[in-house]
Formats: sequence, structure tokens, C-alpha cells
Amino acid sequence: MADELETFRAETRAWLEANCPAEMRQPMRDESDACWGGRNAVFKSDAQKQWMETMAARGWTVPDWPADYGGGGLSAAETKILRQEMARIGARNPLMSFGISMLGPALLKYGTEEQKRHYLPQIARGEIRWCQGYSEPGAGSDLASLQTKCEDMGDHWLVNGQKVWTSYADKADWIFCLVRTDPAAPKHKGISFLLFDMATPGVSTKPILLISGNSPFCETFFDDVKVPKDQVVGEVNKGWDVAKYLLGHEREMISGMGLGGQGDSLGAALAERLADDPLLRAEVSGFDVDAMAFRAMSERFLDELKAGMAHPAQPSMMKYAGTELNKRRHELVMAAGGSDALEWESERSRGGKAAREWLRTKANSIEGGTSEVQLGIVAKRILDLPGA
Amino acid sequence: MPLYLTDDQAMLRDTAREFMAAEGAIATQLRHWRDIGCKDGFGHGLWKQFAELGFTGILIPEADGGLGLGHVEAGIVLEEIGRNLTPSPFLVTAVAVVEALKGTPHGARWFPGILAGETVAALAVDEGPKHRPERIAMRAERAGNGFRLSGDKQFVVQGASADMIVVAARAEEGLTLFAVEKGAAGLHVEGVRLADASIGARMRFDGVEVDADAVIGEVGGGEALLGRVLNAGRAGAAAELVGLGGQAMAMTVDYLRQRKQFGRLIGEFQALQHRSAHLYSELEIARAATLKAQQLLDEGAAEAEAMVSVAKAKAGTASRLAVQEGVQMHGGIGMTDEYDIGLYMKRDRVLAELFGDAAYHADRLARMKGY
Repeated sequence: MADELETFRAETRAWLEANCPAEMRQPMRDESDACWGGRNAVFKSDAQKQWMETMAARGWTVPDWPADYGGGGLSAAETKILRQEMARIGARNPLMSFGISMLGPALLKYGTEEQKRHYLPQIARGEIRWCQGYSEPGAGSDLASLQTKCEDMGDHWLVNGQKVWTSYADKADWIFCLVRTDPAAPKHKGISFLLFDMATPGVSTKPILLISGNSPFCETFFDDVKVPKDQVVGEVNKGWDVAKYLLGHEREMISGMGLGGQGDSLGAALAERLADDPLLRAEVSGFDVDAMAFRAMSERFLDELKAGMAHPAQPSMMKYAGTELNKRRHELVMAAGGSDALEWESERSRGGKAAREWLRTKANSIEGGTSEVQLGIVAKRILDLPGA
Repeated sequence: MPLYLTDDQAMLRDTAREFMAAEGAIATQLRHWRDIGCKDGFGHGLWKQFAELGFTGILIPEADGGLGLGHVEAGIVLEEIGRNLTPSPFLVTAVAVVEALKGTPHGARWFPGILAGETVAALAVDEGPKHRPERIAMRAERAGNGFRLSGDKQFVVQGASADMIVVAARAEEGLTLFAVEKGAAGLHVEGVRLADASIGARMRFDGVEVDADAVIGEVGGGEALLGRVLNAGRAGAAAELVGLGGQAMAMTVDYLRQRKQFGRLIGEFQALQHRSAHLYSELEIARAATLKAQQLLDEGAAEAEAMVSVAKAKAGTASRLAVQEGVQMHGGIGMTDEYDIGLYMKRDRVLAELFGDAAYHADRLARMKGY
């Protein structure tokens, strides 16, 4: 067993050496370096395209999915080795995708065989870029109060309503969306989980300008959108189960923010700035302790998840801890940067990168369920404290 | 290796948990020895029971009659010790001192007694109120066939009960560790009861003469050896803190589920729920960091050095939060000696100081990372 894993490690290392382009071993400079795939994929370079396609062909964009659905069919131990070997050479994630991190796991659990065979390989190959239609203007932390109407018209569904904070809706090909199919039922019982093409007539998006000056989120409008009947995942009116399961995966993904990219020490990256600032150095060293400890927690969480040992509400704790950590990281980067970091447009500041990223992180503890929502879940489901 | 316990390790945990809850309980151990004013602060009978279960030999190599296991296994026992505030020489004798003597001729002299639960050993490092092993000033001068040790030590855990003491001193060639037997001429030991009712010692070495074969390892080679010994102790103390903090949290959450005020269970109040959930998160992270450090130590990995400091610092801050929230959320009864939660607060303070506090280890990490 151990021998087989060592053989796998050696083969994986050699394969990555041979197939990962040098450019894809450089750290991402910012969010725009991520590869999202999709029908209208925009690649920053040939290397980026090649890396995505090579990994997809091997099933390694989704190494632990079954090979029948476009995955690599790897075991938990093999997946961990692949991740370690990629980290060893600094290999970038070949494909960023809400299809991989959120929809895929929900389809694997709740999808029909037909749905799995249709959607999963497209996700694995990066052919379809997905967005998530959850929040509405009146349904934020109280997500289950959502009102987007979905009527059964016999041979199709008819969708009317509005979503908000839809990440990259203006760039997405398809949406996975929570809709109300039974307005008379109690709020958790009348929701369905629906998939449809963003090119369907009646769908429109409007980017929202954020405090960072960027617009990663949109308002999304549905005006008499016709959706084929077989595009519901799970049972009609039981979409809340699918939604919650998917939220667990979303929280798991967002908690990854706490890992803070490559390099294991913020202090090492800021060393020059800390040399004459003992109080900031002390604060950063405390942060590094927490960040390295969180990295161990993340490893433990993934190992336990794969072994089926993790508490079902543990993603809430991970999401809370990871996002609060990431916010702290960027506060410290700003403090160390001083007035250099305040420049908003200059070439020197690379277009205000530090300041814009700092502001972006403020959404981390709001999106995917606020920190307060996560703490409430941990208190009730893990600590078994009384109350609603 | 996955970052959770193997089946064998989980079995050891179950054994240790059951044993410590039954035999190492606060009422029969900590309170008992405290209330009768025991000069050792722990029970020799329990130390023998540790030996019968094999605990004292966890880190002793199989060739020397031990179990030849690792820091993960030692940490499993320590977590249960922490949970029950069980007073015992385990951390210093069976972890730190065993690490010092392993692979040296001193093993043959001392391991049989440790394996039998008869020998207690101590480690004398600190010379001031804070852990600063880089600044050890105790002198070891050549004298006759051996050395003459002069200087002061403090916070020598169980030093007043120890049959032998591992002492760090500075020879001409550099830092050196010595094995000093109790009762050596010129060695003055003052037992000191600490806030948690454990007994530490202040020691004065007034020209204590030892033979050359009292040297552990090489003359002048003490820095690397002491580093290893301290890392074993730090990872162990982190595990004990994780157990302590975990139990303080469990007691507190249990109280929140029972105590009524304003006509409702206080655990329904969101202010307390969120603080409890934050505490849970901190302790989970501390537990993961501690297990990671232990695994890395057992692998002999270079990253262990940094991770041990991360674990000691994180376990220290998480456990501190647990006992502070514990006393506060218990309200007035948390201030009484009758309730156990205050005992957790006192033990946390001592363990956090032992082998370097959170600030020391954050600073140590920063230096390792080059800032």
C-alpha cells in the first residue's frame, strides 16, 4: 500500500515535471490570472490554455471524481499526494470553477445518472462556466426566504424574479439557481434547485460596482425565463437539501482563503517593512502562528472529510476561521504598506492592488453565509446549545 | 500520512481517556494531594500505574525495554492528563528527560526506573522568570576528572522530588547538558508550590562537582540536544494545553445548557453562543497544529522546528481563551474553589509559561522566518 503510494508519487512528480509549463509554476499575480474556462474562455497565455487542457485530459482538474464523469478516479491518499506534488513545484490551479467546487459535489450526490453524465464531464473539461443564483435582495442571511418564482407550465418551468451578489454572472454560461416552486409551503419546503443556460431569453445581468472599484458580483434578472423540465436537481420542492449540501462545499472552498496563496509566512514577505516597527512585527508574528496553525487545520479537515470523519457542520467553522484570518492578513499588509499601499491607480501600486484586495476580503466573511451565521451553526449543531 | 489518529493511536486514546478519568480525576488526585499539602504534589502510586500501562515507556526505544512509540502517542496521554489536570511527572520525566537520555549511556542507568514508574527526573533550564534558553549563564568549569557547576535555576518542575536532574550549563566549549543525581554536594533545592498546586523548585548549584561521564552527549554539543529536548517538551505541553482547554470548554458549554436566568437557558443567548463557537474554532485549530507538530517530530522533518513553536503558541492562546471564557461564563460560582473551572485557569497559566509562552514562540517563529 505504502509502496504503491510512493510509486504514484514518483510517477506524478515526473508527469508534472514534464507537463506543467514553467509559466504555470509562477505565483498568480492577482485574481485576473485565474483560469475559469467556459464557452467564451479568455486565456491569458497559451501556457494557461495548455495547462488546463492537459490536466483535464488526465481527469486531474477533478482528481477525486469518478473517471466515468471526467474525473481522475484517484483515492483520497492519491489526491493528497497530487496536491502536495503540485504545491511542491508551485503549480497553479489549472481551472477555477464553481462547477468543480460547488455544483459538481451536489450533482454527484443528488443528480440523476443522466444529469451526471451530461454536466460533470463538461465541468471537468472547463467547457461551461457556472454561476450561483442564491441570494436575493430580500434573502441574505435568511436565504430560505427567497422569492424567485418558478411555475410549472406543463412542458416547461417559467422563472421570474431577481438574484443578487451573483459572482461573475456576466461571464457565466449557466446558472445553478434556487427558486420557489411552492409559495404556499413553509419556507424551507417550497424551494427547488434549478439549472439553466444564461443565454436563455429573459435572463439579464448588471454588474455591481463595489468599494474595491471592481465588479465581481452582479444583479441577475429573470423575466419569463423558460426552462426545460428535466433541469431540476433532486426532487421538486426539496431543493433546500441540495442547497445546504452545496453550501457546505462553498464554505469549504471559501475557507481556503485562509491559506493565503503561496509562501508560508506573511512576516517573511513583509520583513523589510517590519524591521523598524516592533509592534507591527509582534502582530504579524502572532498572525503567522495563527496562519500556520490554520493550514494544519485545513489539512486535517480535508483528511477527515475524505475519510468521512468530519462533523457535517465543520465547514462552517472552517469558513469562519479562514475568512477572518484572510481579513486580518490584508489589514496587516495595508498597515505594513503605509501610504504606498493607499495609491489607487498608479503604475507603482499596480493599479492599487493592495488596497483593492484588502477591500475585496471584506466580503469573505459575508458571502457564503456571514461569520455570524457560521458561529450560530457551530453553536447549535456542534456544541448543541439550545435555541432556534 | 493523514492528519488524524491511526486506529492504533485511537485505541491508545480510548485507553488513556478511560484510565485518566477513573484514576487521574481531580477529586482523587489534584485536590487530594493539594489538600493534604503533599510535598511532591503528585501521587507515586499513580506514577506506578502509568508504568503498568506502558505510558512511561512510550518514548523509550524498544531495545531499552520501552514501547518505541512517538510524540503523537505521548501527546495522546498528555491530552488526557490535561483534561483531568492529573498531576504526574509524565511530561518532564517520560517525555523531556527521556528525549535527552535516549541513545546515550545514561539510558541504561535511568530508563529501568522510569519504565518501572519508580524514578522521577527533572529538567533545569530556566534561570529567570521567563524561558530564555538562549541566555543560559550557569557555568560548567573543568575540575579534576569532570566539571564544577555553579549558578541558579528556577521553575524546575518536580525538581524537589527528582532522583536526577538534567541540567543545562555553559562549558568553555559551549552549552552542555549534565545528568546530576539528587543529593549532590553543593546542590540546594527549595521546593516551591505554584498557583496550580504543582511543585516546582528553585535550585542553587554551589560548585556542584560531577564526573566527566555526567555529560549527556558531547561537551559543547548541548545546543542541538537541548533544542530537541525542549521541542519534545513543547509539543507535549501543547497537547496537555489542548486537553485542558477542551475540557474547560466542555464544562462551560455544559453549564450553558443547564443554567437558567431571565427564565431561559443562558445557552440560548447569542452573545454566549458566538463566543463559545469562536472558542471551539480556536481549540480545533490548536489541536490540528499540535498533531501536525508531533507528526513532524516523529518524521524527523526539518519543518518540525517551526511547527512546534506554532503549536505551543496556538495551544497557549486557545487554552487561555477557554479558561477565561470558562470562568466568566460560569459567573460567580466560577470564582469558587469548590468548582473545578478555576483549577483549569490556574493550570493553564503554569503550562503556558512552561518551555516558553505564546509571545516567546511567536518571536521564535518570526526569527526562523527571517524577520
